[in-house]
Amino acid sequence: MNLKLKVWRQLGANDKGQMVDYDVKDISPDSSFLEMIDVLNLELVVKGEEPIAFDHDCREGICGSCSMYINGQPHGPGDRVTTCQLHMRSFKDGETITIEPWRASAFPIIKDLVVDRGAFDRIIQAGGYVSVNTSGNTQDANAIPIPKHDADAAFDAATCIGCGACVAACKNASAMLFVSAKVSQLDLLPQGKVESDQRVLNMVAQMDKEGFGNCTNTGACEAECPKGISLENIARMNRLYSKSSISSK
Amino acid sequence: MSVLNAKVPEGEMSEKWENHKGHIDLVNPANKRNIDVIVIGTGLAGGSASATLAELGYNVKTFCFQDSPRRAHSIAAQGGINAAKNYQGDGDSNYRLFYDTVKGGDYRSREANVYRLAQVSGNIIDQCVAQGVPFAREYGGLLDNRSFGGVLVSRTFYAAGQTGQQLLLGAYSALSRQIATGKVEMFNRHEMLDVVIVDGKARGIIARNLITGEIERHSAHAVVMAGGGYGNVFFLSTNAMGSNVTAAWKAYKKGAFFANPCYTQIHPTCIPRSGDHQSKLTLMSESLRNDGRIWVPLHIEDAEKIRNGSLKPTDLAEDRRDYYLERRYPAFGNLVPRDVASRAAKERCDAGFGVNKTGEAVYLDFAAAVLRYGKIQARLHDIDETNTAEIERLGKDVVKSKYGNLFEMYEKIVDQNPYETPMMIYPAVHYTMGGTWVDYNLMTSVEGLYSIGEANFSDHGANRLGASALMQGLADGYFVLPYTIGDYLAKEISTGKIPTDLPEFDAAEKEVAGRIEKLINNKGTKPVDEFHKRLGKVMWDKVGMARNEKGLKEAIAEIKVIREEFWKDVFVPGSDKGFNQELEKAGRVADFLELGELFALDALQRNESCGGHFREEYKTPEGEALRDDKDFAYVAAWEYKGDNVEPALHKEELKFEAIALKTRSYK
Repeated sequence: MNLKLKVWRQLGANDKGQMVDYDVKDISPDSSFLEMIDVLNLELVVKGEEPIAFDHDCREGICGSCSMYINGQPHGPGDRVTTCQLHMRSFKDGETITIEPWRASAFPIIKDLVVDRGAFDRIIQAGGYVSVNTSGNTQDANAIPIPKHDADAAFDAATCIGCGACVAACKNASAMLFVSAKVSQLDLLPQGKVESDQRVLNMVAQMDKEGFGNCTNTGACEAECPKGISLENIARMNRLYSKSSISSK
Repeated sequence: MSVLNAKVPEGEMSEKWENHKGHIDLVNPANKRNIDVIVIGTGLAGGSASATLAELGYNVKTFCFQDSPRRAHSIAAQGGINAAKNYQGDGDSNYRLFYDTVKGGDYRSREANVYRLAQVSGNIIDQCVAQGVPFAREYGGLLDNRSFGGVLVSRTFYAAGQTGQQLLLGAYSALSRQIATGKVEMFNRHEMLDVVIVDGKARGIIARNLITGEIERHSAHAVVMAGGGYGNVFFLSTNAMGSNVTAAWKAYKKGAFFANPCYTQIHPTCIPRSGDHQSKLTLMSESLRNDGRIWVPLHIEDAEKIRNGSLKPTDLAEDRRDYYLERRYPAFGNLVPRDVASRAAKERCDAGFGVNKTGEAVYLDFAAAVLRYGKIQARLHDIDETNTAEIERLGKDVVKSKYGNLFEMYEKIVDQNPYETPMMIYPAVHYTMGGTWVDYNLMTSVEGLYSIGEANFSDHGANRLGASALMQGLADGYFVLPYTIGDYLAKEISTGKIPTDLPEFDAAEKEVAGRIEKLINNKGTKPVDEFHKRLGKVMWDKVGMARNEKGLKEAIAEIKVIREEFWKDVFVPGSDKGFNQELEKAGRVADFLELGELFALDALQRNESCGGHFREEYKTPEGEALRDDKDFAYVAAWEYKGDNVEPALHKEELKFEAIALKTRSYK
């Protein structure tokens, strides 16, 4: 396959960026999107130019590092797929592909397609955990039976990979899907429920502080989420938030 | 006293850990506040250790090269985590988990460490559930289990095919809680480039801020390495792109012995490679072997027809298929350990029975499982058992609920639907059992320097059983290191803050900066990847699944050549002053180019076959690995003696007190 790429290049956080055109040739349709970028980067290095910087690590769709905005969609075309699992067979020979970083003021650009998603870490630090120490003396794992339905729902919420596609997809750059996935996971389990009230207030406060926008329920986040995290989580978080705000001690 | 004193406590195997824990020196809470610990890596081992050390009261500084601690490659572990809970009542016990692990490791692991691992395994599950890890459950609300290779009980806890993700996010949440309190200072996008030794003790590290390029000094009273394994020395592996040996390698060059580098796990169920563009290989969880049956055509002409596309696997009659694992190993069948399954696949493919274009693939077939599950569902829901279409649909639903995400992943990569046609799989480099040598306290041969998780060597011998990596990572991080490190830190309570302006820090920083400068100013002509690919090819061809003396000697010579050319001709674009991924890669590949040689040297000195180390000269008439317990029941720990100088080999004799040394059989 031969393709034309338009790629966002930006030297550093404080530099001005621009779209740059590249041609790539002889790409195997079986290669992944990132492997296609690898080919281009290798060519750039051989020419003595700087390769395109992008985050990636596991390349199997689970670490959440890769984060490219491809043809106007986070992680590009295809349902429930991360950039690293997107294969070139999803594109047409001769196609022009536009590649940008996540765009959100809470995710400042570091270089080219690499952004700083530290805001997500800080939201988790604000309450995305169960306050239990490692002692080896916690009660037996089977002491509290958990209905399979709840455990499965908690798991579904917990499969969020923290990539930030939800924020990139949202016209308000809202992080509600990410935050609500963690809030829901822990609220659905008896172990997490104990702290649910305080958790949701703290995590939402941190989310606002980081500069993420508000949620207007367009559902773009759910549509673009590579892990299929459901909008139901946002509804659950909104309910919890209202309840906790009123009953907050 | 030998330098390789493992300091295994005296007493009965089952009492060693309790006794030892009871006698470890403790540090009082007020003093812990004055003690700093550095942790490198935030996978299951590093993340859990950081959290627990901080909970105990130490000041922890944690480093990861990724943009967040949640991205460490433990996240990609799929199948599950073992624990001797015996929830299924199938006769499991600490002893059995211990026995299976020692046998699975082909009697090359340290008994006492493995026993301790089995003892704390149950606590791990309790801890994770308490943290809100959503393990799979049965309808009664209790935890579900499944089976893994090399084992005759169901002791594997899981969360669909994403167990590693859920456990890592559990550890990450515990770590995040400590970051919030300030007890852990987290350094994302930082890479450790050297360990600083002062008066024989590890006192800090030199790290590079990967965003600004700044070289930083960090001091502590102890340094814990949890950087994972070094499978990327093969270029293609199931490891993440950034997985590297750098922390362990720098420690090796500063005096920490490197043990059993040649013990590598080649995982039997990976998606076969498709072409030269490939940057990494993807694992299909071993849990699939619970229900999938592995086969190749019985007749070579059928294999040829399948390869050229004139025959579909689903059209091949049962009696023309060779379920070779079930044939060769009737007792364990498709659930033999990984090394055995990998070698058997290679044997069939080498003999010409491979089923994809490259001839390097075998089938993993779920048709029988679909039928079996479908019939159970039909009975449960009172559906006519002759309605095959309905039975197939019901069966597929059950298979989907168990392995849905894996099937999806397979389809995305291969563009074939595994519900309709059997999966193709082939072995790939997955895990390294070797690593930094540690004693019973997990301390390396350098005082105050620890190594945990995949980065150390002690628990899996020459072959790791499935679902044991997660167990070991969390055991080390939550339940072992935080206690054993006290034994050392108790002597440090009056040391005071370690200054970073010591001459040892100056020297280490200078060395690191010099090397970076050399890479950036080398102005060669070839990109880093080219050298990495060449190294990987030598490793795979000559130090891979089957090794022999001639090939290993050639590999050593060839790696030397590639290394020399690398330093002469590598080109690293950009500057050392900012974000530069080519520079990061160059440093890691430079270390792999040194490790590769030690790896081959280790394989060359081990004149036996054991676990993942298969020497063609040493096999039984049936082609099984032939161990030599008389001469090789030892840990090979290598001591760095200088660049281009042969390292010194130290041997830790392995004593088997609780389990008799036996030929491993899965027949």
